Amino acid sequence: MDVEAAKMIGAGIATLGMAGAALGVSNIFANFLSGALRNPSAAPSQTGNLIFGMAMTEALGIFSFLVALILLFVA
Amino acid sequence: MVTQAYAQEAETPTEENLDTAIDATHGEGVDAHDPTADTHTGTEAHYDDGHSDVFPPFDPATFPSQLLWLAISFAALYLLMSKVALPKVGSTLEKRQATIDADLAAADADRQKTDAAIASYEKALAEAKAKAQSIAAQSRDAIQADLAQKRGAAETDLATKVSAAEARIAETKTAALAHVDEIAVETAQAVVGQIVGTVSPDSVRAAVAKVKG
Amino acid sequence: MAGTDPIHQFVIYDLFPIHLGDEAAGTALNLSFTNSALFMVVTVAVLTGFMVLSASRSALVPSRFQLAGELTYSFVANMLRSSAGKEGMKFFPFVFSLFGFVLVANLLGMFPYFFTVTSHIIVTAALALLVISVVILYGFFRHGIKFLKLFVPAGVPAYVLPIVVPIEIISFLSRPISLSVRLFGNILAGHITLKVFSGFVVSLGALGALGWLGALLPLIMTVAITALELLVAVVQAYVFAVLTSMYLNDAVHPSH
Repeated sequence: MDVEAAKMIGAGIATLGMAGAALGVSNIFANFLSGALRNPSAAPSQTGNLIFGMAMTEALGIFSFLVALILLFVA
Repeated sequence: MVTQAYAQEAETPTEENLDTAIDATHGEGVDAHDPTADTHTGTEAHYDDGHSDVFPPFDPATFPSQLLWLAISFAALYLLMSKVALPKVGSTLEKRQATIDADLAAADADRQKTDAAIASYEKALAEAKAKAQSIAAQSRDAIQADLAQKRGAAETDLATKVSAAEARIAETKTAALAHVDEIAVETAQAVVGQIVGTVSPDSVRAAVAKVKG
Repeated sequence: MAGTDPIHQFVIYDLFPIHLGDEAAGTALNLSFTNSALFMVVTVAVLTGFMVLSASRSALVPSRFQLAGELTYSFVANMLRSSAGKEGMKFFPFVFSLFGFVLVANLLGMFPYFFTVTSHIIVTAALALLVISVVILYGFFRHGIKFLKLFVPAGVPAYVLPIVVPIEIISFLSRPISLSVRLFGNILAGHITLKVFSGFVVSLGALGALGWLGALLPLIMTVAITALELLVAVVQAYVFAVLTSMYLNDAVHPSH
């Protein structure tokens, strides 16, 4: 197989990792919402944690994006 | 896409070049807390010597310039923030907090003063009331004492007068009673004189005394 | 092609060339004042101007502009105080500079034709390594060898330690990587996505009337993604600052 083609395929496969990040981020927001609806008074104090958790989870999706970039442009 | 030339720098240093390049950056001592010491070990793996079509963020040829200018600008930012901007904002915030605290304390002091004034007013009022009551009680007592004294005087006066009057009455009565005999004698004498002629007053007197028994 | 090429926006070019060393001798060094350097300087100028101008009147009852600067100040101060405690407040100018630099650089990058400083991994990596070196240096300076207790969680039985300690060390070493790659990746991905969708607008618009109609969809998408990217720009600066505060907390209070 051509190396360039293999890189493209590899980059495409790497983007599948974003599905995991999507699951994680949606899980965080879903749990935050259900918790916030049960106890709305405590919700505003936890938005910092929400954003923080979202950023931590999203970073893992970004890593797969990075792998795709490296495959396309660097490797 | 990959074959496109993104980097506009004419030369792309080789790996050895870059190592010396980064070391040179260090030699210039850009900043005391420059973290680039570890950078080249982390990014060296991505090097692709000889490629002129690298993805710009992964193009090592631009690293020294970016690091230098980042160090300069971030150091400048840090100095400007820590020496100029932040102390000013911080002092403004502190001043405001101090003013708010002082105003609150002044308001508290004023309230305490007001409370004290109210308390002293109430105390004075209570004192005045007590004084007024005592004055009223005193004057009532004085009046009552005066009254009692005057009544006592009047009563004794009255009693002496009454007893004097009684004595006079008794005197008059006895006097009157004494006159009754004489009147009876005179009457009897007159009556007898009309009927039987003149009688001696002594015999009449004896007869009256006899009748009177 | 350069107009719709999503990568072209990240290209760095010289504004004032400063080439040191000799290319022939293998010591070439390009320290040119580039567009990236220009926007670093602009970032510093904008942030400093904002903070200094907003603090210049220092009125007791603040105007809106003054309040904006003070709210930024107290936002970062409260964030650092809640993460690193009172002792961590000596790093306040550092954390504020980091937060402000990343925030202003991200937001400036949202202007069309502007260069985004934080879309280059070397910049974010340098900032992350700066944070981690400050943590390590201050930790050893403040606590000496006791700083290594950071890798030994309290209350863990001794026979688990051979497993736990390497995990802690790996997690500590991965911090600068995740810190830098998160910021870099978010900004890069956001800008590429924006450019790809606006590229669709251009290429569909070239197809005539029907294309103009079809171009509406990516146009709406571009507007929506712009809003999302503005949010991401602020959130990533916040996350960068929060993580910096938490790592500094490790330097201040190593035993957790």
